[in-house]
Amino acid sequence: MSVFTITDKAFDVKDFNLWYGDHHALKNINFPIRKKEVTAIIGPSGCGKSTFIKTLNLMITTIPGVKMSGEINYNGQNILNEKLDLVDLRKNVGMVFQKGNPFPQSIFDNIAYGPRIHGIKRKRVLEEIVIKSLMDVALWDEVKDRLNAPALGLSGGQQQRLCIARALATKPNVLLMDEPTSALDPISTLKIEEMILELKEKYTIVIVTHNMQQAARVSDKTAFFLMGELIELDETSKIFSQPSDERTEGYITGRFG
Amino acid sequence: MNTRSNFDSSLKQLKDMSLEMARLSENAVKEAMDALIRQDLEKAKQVIEADNVIDELEFKIDDKATLMIATQSPVAKDLRKILVGLKIASEVERIADQAVNIAKSALHIGKEKHIKEIVDIPKMMDMALEMLNDALTAFYTEDAALARKCAEKDDAVDEMYGRLVQELLGYIPENPTSTNQITQLSFVCRYIERIADHTTNISENVIFLVTGKRIDLNT
Repeated sequence: MSVFTITDKAFDVKDFNLWYGDHHALKNINFPIRKKEVTAIIGPSGCGKSTFIKTLNLMITTIPGVKMSGEINYNGQNILNEKLDLVDLRKNVGMVFQKGNPFPQSIFDNIAYGPRIHGIKRKRVLEEIVIKSLMDVALWDEVKDRLNAPALGLSGGQQQRLCIARALATKPNVLLMDEPTSALDPISTLKIEEMILELKEKYTIVIVTHNMQQAARVSDKTAFFLMGELIELDETSKIFSQPSDERTEGYITGRFG
Repeated sequence: MNTRSNFDSSLKQLKDMSLEMARLSENAVKEAMDALIRQDLEKAKQVIEADNVIDELEFKIDDKATLMIATQSPVAKDLRKILVGLKIASEVERIADQAVNIAKSALHIGKEKHIKEIVDIPKMMDMALEMLNDALTAFYTEDAALARKCAEKDDAVDEMYGRLVQELLGYIPENPTSTNQITQLSFVCRYIERIADHTTNISENVIFLVTGKRIDLNT
């Protein structure tokens, strides 16, 4: 599968396999992910899409009994083989989840948390990072007067944007999003989608979504997973108009899955 | 279980409505031709009046398709089915307009004695309507090969159109008082030629429906 002619890949996944114990959850995945593009991953429940996205920052290794083979190349190094600083990897490859999960702290401290871990102490620098991150997710205007208020007092949509801002605060290159809007109302969802389209100027984004229209709206490339296999990876416009594989067509038209 | 049986039956209804509209249009063309040949002015008027039934049906198809797009988020072939249903309805509506044009020509000629028996024009109509039938069968069965074959017949219609118009114009010197009738009959030939063109467009849409590829058969 070669949808890329140039080599500016954020990730290059080659012959990747993953097992949960005896269960072969990802089968021979070859998946290049291009920089500064939005790549959407779609597929029915249990197809391996969340497993896949969680391997990209090795979050998957927190699950006992996981075995992997193959290559996940990030920045020219195979993150499966080399002795990696996981904290450093996850600083570069940020992640947000289905539901906003702010720390029970102030809005400011939530965002300053990552930079502080990475050794930034000066208040002025932290402030700059907080402001910039909140602006990036279009949350600044809504919270600028209450940065010291508890983050858990924000609405669901605001909490999710806060978590995205928190991920951006460590200046990652890649942002992984695992169903980031599935718990949000339609307007909050559209705000996140607008934000994704802004963020891709600066970041590589990989998004897992059950909402196929969302994949169609925000992504440049779409990957369809089924039962642990990557069935099709192509331009989003192609996937949603003329997919090559009839299983993809069956899924996107709602005939199965 | 079929997760989209409701949507599937809506798609089927949309197709059936387009085909029903096509059947009415085909009939209108035949009736108009009959009115022309038999100089039955009453019938010609009926064809003109009945056109609004076809127009109404097109609006219904538009509304149904719009609602399906708004509520079902169709993609890939589902979306093509709806788009093609709309486009075919629009081509068929224009075929019905040609039937109206033929009926109007019949009225313009009125009861004036024909300069000769009208034989070839209905033959040309039969060729165009046979194309239409093939194109609609191709639409119904989603048969791209049949659609392609159907479009090939357009050349024969074009050739006949050229020949008939030449022949008709040749009658003018001997029948200077029948210039109006001859002009109207030439127009009728043109209307039939247009029907064949709309039919070719239907065939192109069938090919797009089946393959997702756009092609120009009108060359």
